Amino acid sequence: MLATKQQQADNKMMAISTTDLSLWYGTFQALFDIKLDIKQGIITSMIGPSGCGKSTFLRTMNRINERLDYVRISGKVDVMGQNIFAPEVEILQVRKQVGMVFQRPNPLPISIRDNILFGHNIHSAGKTGKSEEGEIVESALQQVLLWDKVKDRLDHKATALSLEEQQKLCIARLLPVKPSVLLMDEPCSALDPKGTEAVEELLWDLRGKYTILIVTHNMAQARRASEECIFMLMGKVIEHRETGEMFLTPQHQETADYIEGRYG
Amino acid sequence: MTTKRNAESVAAAADFDKLNRDWYIDKAVQVLVFLGGISAIIFIIGIFVFITKEGMGFILGDFSFTEFFFSQNWRPTSENKATYGILALIAGTASVTGLAMLIAIPFSLGTAIFIAEFATGRTREFLKITVELLAAIPSVVWGFIGLALMNPLIIDIFDVPVGLNVLNAGIILGLMAAPIMTSIAEDALKAVPDRYREAAEAMGATRWQVIYKVVLPAAKNGLLGAVLLGVGRGFGETMAVLMATGHAINIPGSVFDSVRALTATIAAELGETAVGSPHYQALFTIGISLFVITFIINLIADLVIRDVRKG
Repeated sequence: MLATKQQQADNKMMAISTTDLSLWYGTFQALFDIKLDIKQGIITSMIGPSGCGKSTFLRTMNRINERLDYVRISGKVDVMGQNIFAPEVEILQVRKQVGMVFQRPNPLPISIRDNILFGHNIHSAGKTGKSEEGEIVESALQQVLLWDKVKDRLDHKATALSLEEQQKLCIARLLPVKPSVLLMDEPCSALDPKGTEAVEELLWDLRGKYTILIVTHNMAQARRASEECIFMLMGKVIEHRETGEMFLTPQHQETADYIEGRYG
Repeated sequence: MTTKRNAESVAAAADFDKLNRDWYIDKAVQVLVFLGGISAIIFIIGIFVFITKEGMGFILGDFSFTEFFFSQNWRPTSENKATYGILALIAGTASVTGLAMLIAIPFSLGTAIFIAEFATGRTREFLKITVELLAAIPSVVWGFIGLALMNPLIIDIFDVPVGLNVLNAGIILGLMAAPIMTSIAEDALKAVPDRYREAAEAMGATRWQVIYKVVLPAAKNGLLGAVLLGVGRGFGETMAVLMATGHAINIPGSVFDSVRALTATIAAELGETAVGSPHYQALFTIGISLFVITFIINLIADLVIRDVRKG
């Protein structure tokens, strides 16, 4: 009895906790019985060779994978202590709670302001006043350190921004709906080194307020920009530890081989 | 030894200049393809020159700008004083096309949205084929439907004396224009990158919000292009309109009035006129007007659609 309570307390600390999560694309199995507990408020990175299932795992966390009708999922995923596959769960609420940033910056082809307000408008029932909208836009852009750069051209098309600014905007537009988890699927792979650095700094700033789960191909990035690291291979989790430790003393041969660049 | 090597290299150099069969075939194909490519331009210029030449005598002679465009008296066969006013014909064409668009736009946009955003697999293929099949129905068949099916139906339902009127032709023309508009509109929706939809859905937007707030605004130029092509189709359609409008020169006061279209007038009268007579030339002047109008509409549609591809 005491043990269960202890367990529940532990679960509350976890932003994401999965049990026996398996996923199939048609007949191809991409994830095998994934059991992961991702702590709240820190940055966790996921590394592994292409096709190891890290993006698939990420995309399962806000159920965006289900856009494809040939995806089949079994197992349990709790986000902030709630099973996101429970029948009474509204998929739109899951996606509000768990924001996602994509590999290629994908601002909507509307103004910067409307991009920021998009999520807010679809999730708020009534009309929002002009001044409140202004505050929302300013606060979101301030948080991603973009406000000073774009405050004079909020009505310009978001697609005209530089890639780095677009990616920051894509992060900023998630913030007004107050998500608890931010998923990032190789958010820097379309950016140059300067842009990468800027986005990494931003992630570090956002940490604590949000739980961040970032998929990356760049091991140096995983090392410098995350607190815990997950190594995946062939749809299975091989190792999940504190980042520094994992890179210094990997427990598994596969992990060691991968981070030393022997494959992948 | 040296001389021999020199001789060899000279022979090799000479080979570069050799024009063999492949070279000639290549050149011939190039010329053919080029001719094919510019033939459309040649034809369109040729047609324009021809109708202008035939209509010119009228434009330079009896033509009065005010009478032609602002008089509703089209009496080309009058014994004492023939008048050539096409206002009523313009009104006829415009009212039928306008009503047709009112009918075709919601239908075609609805179908396009369904095909592009909702239907999957078999349903989608089946729908696309059906829409294309609809576009292949000859216009005289549509005219026949207007004449034989819609006419008595309209008389029955609305209790009006004549069923060949703006309503009849508008419905027929709307159904005729809808397939091509659907195809173009669907292309425009498909051209919206999927990452926009994904982005919006990942933020928790519903299917309808994605369509209404993201896809339609992003595709709006292509959709406008689709509508303009439909309008062009409406202006140019002849046979179905000739059969379904009632062919009465009249500025319509309601959808139950019979009208006559510009195109139908040419089709019906050209065979009866003496070549080179003022009547004949006036009909060609109508042709010039139609040509210019449809050219402008198509040009706008094309520019609008091209703008989409760039963006």
